[in-house]
Amino acid sequence: MRALGTIAVILTGALLLYASGDFPAWGEPYSPANDSRVSRHYILKSFEETSVPNMVTAVLADYRSYDTLFETVVIFTAGIAIISILRGPVDKRVRLRRASEKSLRQSNLILAQTCRLLVPVIQMFALYVIAHGHHSPGGGFQGGVIFGASLILVALSFQLQTALDRISEKRAMILAGIGVLIYSGIGLTCVLLGSNFLDYSVLSKVLPLSAIEARSYGILGVETGVAFTVTAIMFAIYANLSSHGRMKGGL
Amino acid sequence: MILVDFIVSRFNYWIYIILMMMGLFAMIAKKNLIKKLIGMSIFQTAIILFFVSIGVKEGSTIPILAHEAAHDPAHQQAAPLTEKGEGHIQNGKGRDALRAEDYANPLPHVLMLTAIVVGVATLGVGLAVVQKLHQEFGSIEEPEILAKIDSDDG
Repeated sequence: MRALGTIAVILTGALLLYASGDFPAWGEPYSPANDSRVSRHYILKSFEETSVPNMVTAVLADYRSYDTLFETVVIFTAGIAIISILRGPVDKRVRLRRASEKSLRQSNLILAQTCRLLVPVIQMFALYVIAHGHHSPGGGFQGGVIFGASLILVALSFQLQTALDRISEKRAMILAGIGVLIYSGIGLTCVLLGSNFLDYSVLSKVLPLSAIEARSYGILGVETGVAFTVTAIMFAIYANLSSHGRMKGGL
Repeated sequence: MILVDFIVSRFNYWIYIILMMMGLFAMIAKKNLIKKLIGMSIFQTAIILFFVSIGVKEGSTIPILAHEAAHDPAHQQAAPLTEKGEGHIQNGKGRDALRAEDYANPLPHVLMLTAIVVGVATLGVGLAVVQKLHQEFGSIEEPEILAKIDSDDG
């Protein structure tokens, strides 16, 4: 198996390296990928059409919002899949191991106090990253991961139970569902207002905004939904993996 | 000399191919399931590197408009929201000078943003499956698990 794998890998690698000669050179501004009509349109027109200076955010949540919607659904599905894989009858062997865990129960003072100081700052920063995704690198995915990391930090430096007291698994999954619901809800609102699914410009009919601003705020709403889902699923994945799906003990 | 030029002008492809082959080899040859998952992660990272490096343009900046470059009527209306970030990314170009060559290609970045998310999701599900296997068979080594399955059948 090892020899076979080596041969296959070297062959594939050699083929790819041979083919790389036909690729454009590094940093070439007029390569087919960089000079395509789509990329050009995004760079030149996205601000005019959405009033969002960050082109990546505009493309992610407006032009390619179907993609992002189902991306959010993928995360949601992954969370459900992990729970349904790991949840099962309690295994006695693991339960015996839990007994030796009591020695770990007293949390380190320095660790606990540092965590207490850090968590609010991390969460503020996460909200900033979500809300400021229009103007700087950031958005729902990034901010959501940072927010989820702050919850995981609580679980790591105290007990998993400490974090679960604040956001239980059930609540996390409800939150994840709400995120997907916000996203698809905004899309459906657009349909009900008589336009295409996720065409935010039609929101100007119900909000005191111009059509272009409506696209900008539609992106913000959608990013908020993404952030909800990502936060909740990040924490749910950690909680399940670290506790073998039993939601107690953990690392 | 020609070969050196060939490698240097396309080093991003060399690095992504080497990384990708490392990942592929780990997935094929390693017997440990966690190591296989690490291989999968390296593979994904290589693809992300490939796409992001395609979007690079020599002498370009990040695909976020500077505020001078962004002045137009729509911007004026949205002033309360947008003025806050004024001056945090400036390259001193007026709106007339907006050229596609000045900004990195945003499309590969968007595609990879989604790929990273799928990567996290698949890695999480993969780890969960391995954990379940470990609970069932007490091992994460592929041959041991296969032997256990065979002896259970027999």
